[in-house]
Amino acid sequence: MTATENAADAYAAERDTTEGRVYTVTGGDWDELVASVDPVSEERLIVNLGPQHPSTHGVLRLVCELEGETVRSVRPIVGYLHTGIEKNLEYRNWTQGTTFVTRADYLAPIFNETAYCLAVEKLLGIEAPKRANTIRVIMMELNRISSHLVALATTGMELGALSMMIYGFRDREYILDIFEAVCGLRMNMAYVRPGGVAQDLPANGVKMIRDFVDYMPKGLDDYEGLLTGNAIWQERTQGVGYLDVSGCLALGVTGPVLRSAGLAWDLRKTMPYCGYEEYDFEVPTHNGADAWARYVIRLAEIRESLKIISQGLDKLEPGPVMVEDKKIAWPAQLALGGDGMGNSLNHIRHIMSQSMEALIHHFKLVTEGFRVPAGQVYTSIEAPRGELGIHAVSDGGTRPFRIHMREPSFINLQSIPALAEGGLLADVIAGGASLDPVMGGCDR
Amino acid sequence: MSADATGTGGSAPDGVQPVGVQRPKGLFGVADTGDTSGFGGLVRAEPTPAEIPSSPEPLGGYFDEIVGALRELLGDDVTRAVVVDRGELTIHIAPDRTAEVCRAMRDDESLRFEFCASVSGVDYPDRRNRLHVVYHLTSMTYRRNVRLETAVGLDNPTVQSVTAVYPTADWQEREAYDMFGVVFEGHPHLTRILMPDDWEGHPQRKDYPLGGIAVEYKGAHIPPPDERRAYK
Repeated sequence: MTATENAADAYAAERDTTEGRVYTVTGGDWDELVASVDPVSEERLIVNLGPQHPSTHGVLRLVCELEGETVRSVRPIVGYLHTGIEKNLEYRNWTQGTTFVTRADYLAPIFNETAYCLAVEKLLGIEAPKRANTIRVIMMELNRISSHLVALATTGMELGALSMMIYGFRDREYILDIFEAVCGLRMNMAYVRPGGVAQDLPANGVKMIRDFVDYMPKGLDDYEGLLTGNAIWQERTQGVGYLDVSGCLALGVTGPVLRSAGLAWDLRKTMPYCGYEEYDFEVPTHNGADAWARYVIRLAEIRESLKIISQGLDKLEPGPVMVEDKKIAWPAQLALGGDGMGNSLNHIRHIMSQSMEALIHHFKLVTEGFRVPAGQVYTSIEAPRGELGIHAVSDGGTRPFRIHMREPSFINLQSIPALAEGGLLADVIAGGASLDPVMGGCDR
Repeated sequence: MSADATGTGGSAPDGVQPVGVQRPKGLFGVADTGDTSGFGGLVRAEPTPAEIPSSPEPLGGYFDEIVGALRELLGDDVTRAVVVDRGELTIHIAPDRTAEVCRAMRDDESLRFEFCASVSGVDYPDRRNRLHVVYHLTSMTYRRNVRLETAVGLDNPTVQSVTAVYPTADWQEREAYDMFGVVFEGHPHLTRILMPDDWEGHPQRKDYPLGGIAVEYKGAHIPPPDERRAYK
């Protein structure tokens, strides 16, 4: 570029400026230079979605390369919610581990806890009592419903069906109320513990759950009435985010997405745990392999979960909810006091004024924890988003040597390029929402 | 760690020891301070032999079938050690043969491990080959599980990538690289995934402290958690 002082400019008239000299950028090879770096001339735009964007399910970042409105490439970038849960676990005892893993996938805390506890129990070579297993199943299925409701709600919100969001979160609230009554907390409850569960169901627990089981089918009918026949909903989801069985298997995608492609792979059926083999339920599948099929599958799975819950309630028999071995079971019994849930006063009286040995035992078990024989195990359960695996390694100490969470959100997100490339930008959102990723789980 | 509270002698016993056994080192397994805050740097596992003792064969169940088929396909030396523990089969293999083994595991009719469930790393700081990479494979056809394990040292932490066989290993290998510094040869784009791109060190290694990051907040210098309070 040249800027000759007194040359007449073909494009701009001379004018006075308040300061300095006016330069015009024309002439020479400037046009060529601009053309070579201008992305518009290649008709490709790089659009960055997220990490803070309501349509990306938390702090997920998608870098999309667009040609017009067609997505040519998507690169998911994760890690914004990495909290070092796996590292932290190595500095806490085995029981405290539940309070960490429960915070990974925050929409499915009971699943994180159960998978972790099954791994610890396998390392210890113990099994939770029957009642504890039944309670785990009931709580997991309630949690699966609440997670699927959020999936429906957020997908609805992202595709413009705002009523679905309101209803989905409203009904999830019902389940969170049950969780609060049972565990004292709505999320991140650390309710499932190695050896059983923290406490038995409260007196009104079974009734609350039964009321919910009676209430929910009506809600599901409403959602189907809202969405299934809705032309906009159909247009936005059918044929969108296609991923067939071979794609799912290659990319390791499990859960509703795999079943929406037609493969009835559900760990509750294929590799049962917690006594799932005793329950009568179906594994819904679909041949659509698209966002629509995943919507249908999730609704059907909620109905199956309701079946499991009512069977679980029938199965509940009186009994212990924690292993009898006092070297593993948490010593303190919880009770509701004037200031909320806490150690029962009977227990406090026992250790403080009756038995020195009980106090020592309590102290040792709570601060140091129990030792777990050395070795490694892998346990996997069917979480709402797919296979949730825990690879637990013990060195024989009171703290985990290594815990790895095989998080379905993390694995499933790999398939976003396969789902979205070649489609429209709006379908990136629909396809991503149909995977139902939870970044807390993905980034851990 | 220098102090040995139990006074059983500082060096490792010469004989073969079960994998990863921790010898007690005083109250709560810590050596110098009584810090149970979690930030104090716990004394970890004792040195363990590099050689992993195999379980006696026959292994029972479908395990013999898997090991037999694998040896038939790739030669007897493909399995470095075969361990059956708690009803789970672990096949230890060489780090430069992971891709080959995985391909055989996936494609052979009698094996059919179509699905790679999980790839994770483990750091055994006192072993010669301290960085372990663990693959959990699932056969949907036969409903079986198997664990493949390989180990590399810090001097050459290279493992063959299995992404060509199992594309799902892509992000998981990136995570293992990010957290442990295992380099996967043949991975299409081995970059950090959970930690920021410019992060230094590999956080899940045992010699990497928990916390340890100083931050500045509104002009004040906040020391890392392990330096905030002295327990000495």
